[in-house]
Amino acid sequence: MEKKDKVLMINPEKCTGCRLCELVCAVKHDGVSNPSRSRIRVMKWEMDGVYIPMACQQCQDAPCMAVCPANAISRNDDLNVIEVDHDKCIGCRSCVAVCPFGAMGFNSIDRKVFKCDLCDGDPQCVRFCEVEAVEYVDADDVAILKKQEAAAKLHATSHKVALKDA
Amino acid sequence: MALDRKIAYINLTTGEVEVKPIPLDIRRKFLGGRGLDAYLLFNHSEKGCDPLGPDNPLIVSGGILTATCASATARTHIMAKSPLTGLLGSANMGGFFAPEMAWAGFHHLVIKGKAKTPSYIYIHNGEIEIRDAQNVWGMTTTDTQWAIRDELNDQEVKSLVIGPAGENLVAYANVMTGIKNAGGRSGMGAVLGSKNLKAIACRGTMDINIAHPVEALEYNKRFIDQITSAKVNKTQGTLGTPMIWGATNSWGGVRTRNFQYNQCEYADDIEPERIDEICEETMGPYHMSGCFGCQVHCRAQYRIPSGPLKGKYDEGPEYTSQGAFGGEPDCTSAETVLAGNHLVDQYGMDNLEVGSIISWAMELYELGIITSKDTDGLDLRFSNDEALLEMVERICYRKGKVADALAQGGIQASKIFGKNSFDYLIQVKGMSNLHSDERATPALALNIATASRGSDHLRSRPAIDLYHLPEKVLRKIYSSPMPYEGPLSSEHTEYVGKAWQVFWQENCYMGVDCLGICKYHTTFLGATLPNFEDWPKVLYYNTGLEFTPEELWDISERCNMIERLFNLREGLTRDDLEKGDMLNHRYFDEPCRRGAPDVVGRMIDKEKFVQMIDEFYEHKGLDKKGKPKAKTLKRLGLTNEPSHML
Repeated sequence: MEKKDKVLMINPEKCTGCRLCELVCAVKHDGVSNPSRSRIRVMKWEMDGVYIPMACQQCQDAPCMAVCPANAISRNDDLNVIEVDHDKCIGCRSCVAVCPFGAMGFNSIDRKVFKCDLCDGDPQCVRFCEVEAVEYVDADDVAILKKQEAAAKLHATSHKVALKDA
Repeated sequence: MALDRKIAYINLTTGEVEVKPIPLDIRRKFLGGRGLDAYLLFNHSEKGCDPLGPDNPLIVSGGILTATCASATARTHIMAKSPLTGLLGSANMGGFFAPEMAWAGFHHLVIKGKAKTPSYIYIHNGEIEIRDAQNVWGMTTTDTQWAIRDELNDQEVKSLVIGPAGENLVAYANVMTGIKNAGGRSGMGAVLGSKNLKAIACRGTMDINIAHPVEALEYNKRFIDQITSAKVNKTQGTLGTPMIWGATNSWGGVRTRNFQYNQCEYADDIEPERIDEICEETMGPYHMSGCFGCQVHCRAQYRIPSGPLKGKYDEGPEYTSQGAFGGEPDCTSAETVLAGNHLVDQYGMDNLEVGSIISWAMELYELGIITSKDTDGLDLRFSNDEALLEMVERICYRKGKVADALAQGGIQASKIFGKNSFDYLIQVKGMSNLHSDERATPALALNIATASRGSDHLRSRPAIDLYHLPEKVLRKIYSSPMPYEGPLSSEHTEYVGKAWQVFWQENCYMGVDCLGICKYHTTFLGATLPNFEDWPKVLYYNTGLEFTPEELWDISERCNMIERLFNLREGLTRDDLEKGDMLNHRYFDEPCRRGAPDVVGRMIDKEKFVQMIDEFYEHKGLDKKGKPKAKTLKRLGLTNEPSHML
């Protein structure tokens, strides 16, 4: 398999809160509709109109991997993804407890932990998100894309200030 | 499986709950959502039942596709006998409630009786509990939802609630979910209020199996691409429904000063771009929200920029609020539209009805039919923004003689005000019209006159009639799946062929309402959007049920006929101005005074209009009086209704 160094880049400012990502994630992985099975979840502050999609960041120094007493969690360098080996997993949920993003789920129907596997390189949340609040980009590009967005805001502000001064 | 979602019968008087499966043969006849609601209402209510009495069944549902892998299956449907019209009460809303109810195990609820004290229903993974709501009684719609989440200690709970207007039995009180999603028409909120039912809260984590998940996912992608590629939906996703405000108004389709004009002179001041501008400081960059699984994302976000409500968050305002708090009362400040929109959302009242009925009262005030003595000194003239907003609050809390009368709905109020006040009321079947003016568009006039829940634009409106599509295109749309070889005209001022378009749209909208899909995903504002031909695949991939487009058409016709049977049972007669398929005389007597050359001077030709109704009845299989012919009932399998199968 071609080695990939791509990551999910989430831009909450673009998210409309529709949760289509949750729906397609569960359908893709489990063949069912059920957001509680989704690897990505949209957290909401409804009275502020703020929606933030949360998913696994595939950490370099992953707390879930470090804490796992059964060595069931490992990094797949080809896809740049943290994986759970369900044959080794003992279902202790230590990984659920330590994940700083709440990205490790536990499914009480199958009684198994689950997490984002980037859909083997074709993340469905990205494919279905028309507003591009979730994107799949080269890890190297994340910073420059963020720089561009931040700079665009500065540009807009300075333009307004200039207009006001004029 | 979507098909294993259940129906629950809840009796609030006794606390009894009965859960049943929904048999497949019922699904094949009525599908789900609004269609099956209509069946349930007709079967579970007695003729002449009191809309605000315990025997009026309140029916809440999701569509057959709700929360499956189809696009925009967010819609919740609510049905009961309407306290506003005394006929069919029916409201449809977006948001996240119906999917949550489906994940909690249910597609339909039939709620009867009356709780002794304020209560709410909590549905959690197949379990139904009736809980005390005394702590939240009196609260606004959003406060109620957050308080219920706190009480249940679960921030993922989705609730359908009423605000103070529903508690105070305002005849057009809403049910609400989220910030602004409203089951907004025909007073369903008052039905909840009459049952002492403050809310229905849901939380579900149960799987909905998808019959063919791989195909469903791929087809959904195609479906979504088709929907988002339509220019109308792209604009909708940027500006929301206010996108049509400027064009409709400049053309001459916005009722102003109740019905005196058909164009508002200062419309630019309430355009969405203007709202964006004045809210930038309080809200930040313009941003849109979406309902469950929908890529159209037509809800704008705002914070009130100034005045006593400064900083309050809300969503919208929709096109309907622009008319309700802008055009009709001739108040042209964006701040007033934003404030009015916020008040109705918080109180839980229908913005259309509120705007329309206050504008009517303003006309009566200027005519001297009601006076400042009646309004306790409030100067209820047109263009008085403060009086408009004050009246919204007074109606919600039923303060004073005029507001209390208006809270009972137009027809009731006209009986209290007396004189010739009824002549000025723009309504059909007791429900006020949207702020739109249909005098230049006979097809739209026929739509509001014959819509099952009263004057309404979401039941059969051929909105694309305004696009002047070539006849060839119209024929392609309107002769499928049911062949049609009669006349069709691209001219919106024409009468010929319009009855078929209204009939076709009536079936199309019933179709999406049964599926649980939003109307922006079908032939409503966009001529290229999916309909009968596309639905069988979505249904098959998600539920495994096979239908032909023709079968889905038959289901729509059947469900519309059940609504008709209900209305006939409750007193609908063809020409009755209060309960019939008839327009106020002003549509036939007062020509349009403003607008484009093809609008100025227009009014509805009564003779041609009556002929159009005849044609419409013929298409529906009704006799001249508007009652179904025996052979129609036989064809639709409705001879034995009420059949009490569910």
